[in-house]
Amino acid sequence: MTERKIRIMVAKPGLDGHDRGARVLARCFRDAGFEVIYTGCHQTPEQIAVSAIQEDVDLVGLSCLSGAHRYLFPRVVELLKEKEAEDICVIGGGIIPEQDFEMLYHSGIKAIFTPGAHLDDIVDWVRQNVEPK
Amino acid sequence: MYFSKGVLDQSKQLRKKWEDNIRKIANKTPDQKARWSTVSDLEIKRLYTPEEIKNTNFESDIGYPGEFPFLRGNQPTGYRGKYWTFRMFAGMGSAADTNKRWHMLINSGQTGLSTAFDYPTLMGYDTDDPKARGECGKCGVAIDTLEDFLQLMDGIPMDQVTTSMTINPPASVLWAMYCAVAELRGIPLAKIGGTIQNDMLKEFIAQKTFMCPPEPSVKLIGDTVEFGTRHVPMWNTISISGYHIREAGATAVQELAFTLRDGMEYVESVIAQKGLDVDDFAPRLSFFFNSHIDFFEEICKLRAARRIWAKVMRDRYQAKNPRSMWMRFHTQTAGCSLTAQQPYNNVVRTALEALAAVLGGTQSLHTNSLDEVLCLPSDHAVEIALRTQQIIAEETGAANTMDPLAGSYFVESLTNEIEEKAWEYIHKIDEMGGMIDAIEKGFPQMEIADAAYQFQRQIDAGEKIMVGMNKYVTDDEQKIPLLDIDDAVEQDQIKRLNAVRRKRNHRAVTKSLKDLKMCCKKGDNVMPFCIEAVKNYASVQEICDVYRDVYGEYRDPGLY
Repeated sequence: MTERKIRIMVAKPGLDGHDRGARVLARCFRDAGFEVIYTGCHQTPEQIAVSAIQEDVDLVGLSCLSGAHRYLFPRVVELLKEKEAEDICVIGGGIIPEQDFEMLYHSGIKAIFTPGAHLDDIVDWVRQNVEPK
Repeated sequence: MYFSKGVLDQSKQLRKKWEDNIRKIANKTPDQKARWSTVSDLEIKRLYTPEEIKNTNFESDIGYPGEFPFLRGNQPTGYRGKYWTFRMFAGMGSAADTNKRWHMLINSGQTGLSTAFDYPTLMGYDTDDPKARGECGKCGVAIDTLEDFLQLMDGIPMDQVTTSMTINPPASVLWAMYCAVAELRGIPLAKIGGTIQNDMLKEFIAQKTFMCPPEPSVKLIGDTVEFGTRHVPMWNTISISGYHIREAGATAVQELAFTLRDGMEYVESVIAQKGLDVDDFAPRLSFFFNSHIDFFEEICKLRAARRIWAKVMRDRYQAKNPRSMWMRFHTQTAGCSLTAQQPYNNVVRTALEALAAVLGGTQSLHTNSLDEVLCLPSDHAVEIALRTQQIIAEETGAANTMDPLAGSYFVESLTNEIEEKAWEYIHKIDEMGGMIDAIEKGFPQMEIADAAYQFQRQIDAGEKIMVGMNKYVTDDEQKIPLLDIDDAVEQDQIKRLNAVRRKRNHRAVTKSLKDLKMCCKKGDNVMPFCIEAVKNYASVQEICDVYRDVYGEYRDPGLY
C-alpha cells in the first residue's frame, strides 16, 4: 500500500479576485507531490468548510488580498470546528498586515504567508506541520 | 529602408571588429550571467545596431506624431498642449471618506478623478448581502444606492473634471448613477466626461470580478457603447485593460496581445449587434496598460500598442476617421513590482515606471503609493505618489519633446519584436474563433498562469531580482504607518442602506425593476431603464439581480 499523500485545498474566500498567488501556490503544491484542489474565486466560508470536509483534505490554504481576512479566515476555522473537523489545518496568505497576525493566530489560523514568502519555505512548512490522515 | 546601404555596410564591418574584441575580453572577464532578459523573460542582445532595424520603413513604420501609424503619438503637439492627466485611483470606506480623499487630491493638483469601489459594489452585491460580509469599504468605496453616489460627488464639478470608474459587471448601474447625478444637477449628459472600465473580457481572463457569462456580458457592454455614442459623446465607454492581465502574471507581450484582441472583440460585437459604423464609436474606446519595472520593454510595448491598433482599425475594420485609429490610454505603475520589504524603495520603482509610461506617451497616469503592497494608500503616501508625476512633468524635461527614444536602434528593434510577438498571439486567438472562444478554452488564463509560475520560480531561484526581497535583504524592518479601514464602516453602511430602503417609493422601485427585466428579455438597451431605476433608489444588487436572473451567473472555473 502506498503512503497517502497530503491533500490540500487552496481556497479563495470572499469576493476578492486577486488569484495570482493562490494559483501559483496550487501549482507549486502539485509539483511538490501533494494532492491539490483549487476552489476558484468567490467562495463563501460555508462553501469552503463543506468542500474541505467532503474532499477529506488535511490542509486548507486561504488566500485573501481584499482586506476582508479578519472576518473570512476565522469564520472558516469556526465552521470547521462546528462541523467537528478541527483536525483540518488552516493557513492563510495575501495582503495581511502584521497587526492582524495575532488575532488570526488566536482564531486558529496556524500560519500566515505574505508577499515575499518563498514557495519552498511554504512547502517545507506543510511537510513539517501537516500529517496525511 | 531606414538606412542607406553605405551605413549598413559600415556597421557590418565595425561589428566584426567589435565582436572580435568581445571574445578577447570575455576570456578575461566573463559576463556576470549567461542570459540577459527583460522582466518578461524576453532575451536582449548585448548591442543593437542599424542592422537590427534595417527592414524598418521610415514612413510606414515610424512616421510623424499625429500621422498613421501613430507610433510617435496621437497628437502632433505632444505634451506641450497638455500634460497627461494626473489621475490617482482612490476609494475607501464610505462615500464621505472617499469624497474627502478626492478633495485632498484635487487640492494637491490632481487633474482627473478615478474611483476604486469595494468588492460588494464591484461584484454587484449590496453591503448587507451575506456574500459581502467583511468586505465593505476595504479596498474601495461602498456604493449601494444613489444616496451614496450623491455623497461621493459632493462638491465635485462634474462639468469640469473627468471621472474614471473602475467598474465592470455593474458598469451600467454605476454609470447610470453618474448620469442621474448630472441630470439632478442640471448638467446635460453631453457635457460630462469620464471613463467606465466596463471591460468584461479581461475579467474572465485575469481580474475575476464577474457576474453573467461572457456573451451577455459583452451584450451589456454594447448597450453602454451605443448609449454613450448617442447621448454621452464625451464618455469613454470601455477602458480595454491590460493592467490586470499583467498583474495576474502575464508577460508584456501577453498583456499587449490579449488586450488588443479584447478590443477587437468589442469592435466586432458592437458593429454586429448595434449596427453602428466603426467610426461612430471607435474614437471613444480607450485603453489601460501596466507600466512594469523593465524600463525599455514598457516603453516599446506602449509604442507597439499604438502602431498595432492603428493598423487593426484601418485594415481590419476599415475605419476612416484617424481618431478611430488612435490608441488613447491610461497607465498605472505595477503593483506587483512593489515589495513589502523595505517599502520606501517602492517610491523609486514607481518613479521609474511612471517615467517609462511618459516616455511611452501615456495620456493619463496613476502612480502607486509606497504602501500599496500592504494596504490602501495613506494620505502621506498618496501625496508622494502624485508629486512623483508632477516632478516628471515639471522638472525632468521628459515632456519637452515627443517620443524622445524614437530612432534608437534598441528601442525601434524591441518595439518591432514586441509587435511581431503580439501579432502571433492575436492570430492564434483569431484561429480559435475569437477571444470569447479562447476564454472558454482557458487559453489566455493558462498562458498567464504559466508565465506567473515561471516568474515566481525565477524569483525563488534568484534568477530574477527584487531588491530587498531576494537580494540585499536586511533584518532591519522599515515600519510604515498603515491605513486601516474600520470594521464599523460595514454596520454604518448597512444602516444607511436600510434608511434609504425605508424612505424610497416602493412602487416606483418595483416598477422600474420590472421594466428593466422586460427590457433585458427583449434585448433592448438597458441604459435608460437603469437610469430610471437608480433615480428611484433601486440598489446596485437589486439591479444586478435582474441581470443575474435573466442572463445567468458565471462561476470561476478555477484553472491553475
